[in-house]
Amino acid sequence: MKQVLPKADPERSIGNVFAAARGRLPGAGLVPQIRASAFEVYERTGLPHRGMEDWKYTDLRALIGEVLPLAPRPDAEALVRAKVSAEQVSVDQAVKLVMVDGIFAPELSDLGRLENEVVVRSLREVLENSSPGDMAGLLLSTTSDSAISLNAAMATDGLVITVADGNAVKRPIQIVHVATALSVSTFTRSYLQLGKGAHAAIVESFVSAERASGYQANDAIIALVGNEASLSHIRVAAAASDAVNISSAIIAVGARAKLDLFSMTCSGSISRYQGFIKLAGEGTKVSANGVNLIRDELHADTTMVVDHAVPHCTSREKFRAVIDDCGRSVFQGRIVVRPAARKTDANLTTRALLLSDQAEADSKPELEILADDVTCGHGATSGALDNSLVFYLRARGLSEKDAKMLLIKAFVGESIEEITSENLRDFVTAQAEHWLQAGR
Amino acid sequence: MALLEIRDLHVGVEDREVIRGLDLNVDAGEVHAIMGPNGSGKSTLSHVIAGKLGYEITGGQILFRGENLLRMEPNERAAKGVFLGFQYPVEIPGVTTMNFLRAALNAQRKARDQQEFSTPEFLKRIREVAGSLNIPQDMLKRGVNVGFSGGEKKRNEILQMALFEPSLCILDEIDSGLDIDALRIVASGINALRSPERAMIVITHYRRLLDHVVPDVVHVMSRGRIMKSAGKELALELEASGYAQFEDAA
Repeated sequence: MKQVLPKADPERSIGNVFAAARGRLPGAGLVPQIRASAFEVYERTGLPHRGMEDWKYTDLRALIGEVLPLAPRPDAEALVRAKVSAEQVSVDQAVKLVMVDGIFAPELSDLGRLENEVVVRSLREVLENSSPGDMAGLLLSTTSDSAISLNAAMATDGLVITVADGNAVKRPIQIVHVATALSVSTFTRSYLQLGKGAHAAIVESFVSAERASGYQANDAIIALVGNEASLSHIRVAAAASDAVNISSAIIAVGARAKLDLFSMTCSGSISRYQGFIKLAGEGTKVSANGVNLIRDELHADTTMVVDHAVPHCTSREKFRAVIDDCGRSVFQGRIVVRPAARKTDANLTTRALLLSDQAEADSKPELEILADDVTCGHGATSGALDNSLVFYLRARGLSEKDAKMLLIKAFVGESIEEITSENLRDFVTAQAEHWLQAGR
Repeated sequence: MALLEIRDLHVGVEDREVIRGLDLNVDAGEVHAIMGPNGSGKSTLSHVIAGKLGYEITGGQILFRGENLLRMEPNERAAKGVFLGFQYPVEIPGVTTMNFLRAALNAQRKARDQQEFSTPEFLKRIREVAGSLNIPQDMLKRGVNVGFSGGEKKRNEILQMALFEPSLCILDEIDSGLDIDALRIVASGINALRSPERAMIVITHYRRLLDHVVPDVVHVMSRGRIMKSAGKELALELEASGYAQFEDAA
């Protein structure tokens, strides 16, 4: 059923925001035209709202109302603040690529440490210089999600990362998105292409610099994972507590490949992580996991769509949320098994731990099975800490706080332990512990 | 001064009085057995001594080395040397036995102003203790009690008792769910820890455990009170006569 809702008033200014930004958006040839049509798609629905099933728990129209003007290009002072923040989230051994307020900052990045097996260009550079055919693909979308359409229309920069057939990138590549400004919006869009049999690990961190506030970040990453390739993608979002972060991952995975996906949201007034994973080649294994750590009055939504298009693939999803104070965590997980996808083995579990009476968890696991001979399952639970476990630990000498901390860590660890790289697992664990300590 | 002194204890659970004027003195070096039918208040007594929430102390006191135990947090009681071996040890997924034991031992040592064990010191200590109880190392690497058999869970309780070296051990139906072989291992673990400085309260339904862990005193508990106390022969007597006489008397 088509829903017609009146548009929120302030949103009408989005046309002005786009018009004002246009001159600053990179892209020659067909690009401006593609942007304009992406913007038209966005304008048809405007900001995602609760009338859209996929956004029912995160009504951006009600929660944020309007899209803020595009962030200005960061000045030298902003880059100094960005550098400090980026260094605080460094992954051991990683090659860091830093985006500041939506613009790639080569001076803060480790381009010199990039291995020969990988090619990195900025989206701006690609959009300005490539042949029209290439450029078109970069901004086209396979989904109708309006946040992603707006991202295509407004993307100022991003990274285009290519790993050729058979190449293995040893060091993780860390994209650090730093916000330094006040009351602005940023749009970044990155591409990742792993050739046949290629290996890479990508970490995305979202952080805010000192004095950054009230901003809206909209990021998209589009990844193509080739046959027999292996990709680890880790995202850790810690936006400012009055900021908005919308991150979309659109990933297509080839045959006999491996995808190891993890997303953790631990701050931000309104956060939405949406992953669209398509298993497009047989014999592929996907492990998609995540954690929401939420307190105060923050809102974090993780929405995953795992689409089994072909037979003989396996997907596992393990999602955990810890919610304190008046926080709200949303998890929506849809598994689609298309008619051709026989012998699919798919499973998802979501568990929420509520640390206060006001904390709220919304879970919506869904199976859409159109094929025969499949093994699919899902489970969802939510509840408080088990007092008998707390007592057992206290009877052995741990204080109430330490006992609870140990149990929360173990709960979150159920998802984090799915990260196969020890280095990346330690990084995520440290970030989760940082969140836990901050609440003591 | 007795190590543990319970005077006229009254305990309520959800408006029901389950311990109704209980007195008990336990001296260092002694092993006391508390026997009694289901619902007599034995487990409640052990929980109250260890400090579990959900019980209302409506009267009386519990002194441990002369100190008011009821005013201490459960972890303070543990650090002072009170140990409860659980009837149903809980499973804690995601926390390895090794990490749990180290965190608990060091928390107790810290509370006693003792230096915390370093990793090598701890590993040496845990290997000794686990070895003496026939506990394989890979069991220590698993989540606390996760996937353990009934016997392994109880052995894990005894392992903790040996590691923490408490001065008062309360063993709540440590024999439940154990087969003959497991019972023998657990009992020899308990006996190895008997010492002139340490007291034990062994709560059980059956005489079986007391054949292996021979008590100095046997108490019969019924309807929230201790009805009779005598030497180890009382356990034999009970097996012949049953608990009914005490339930009537209460």
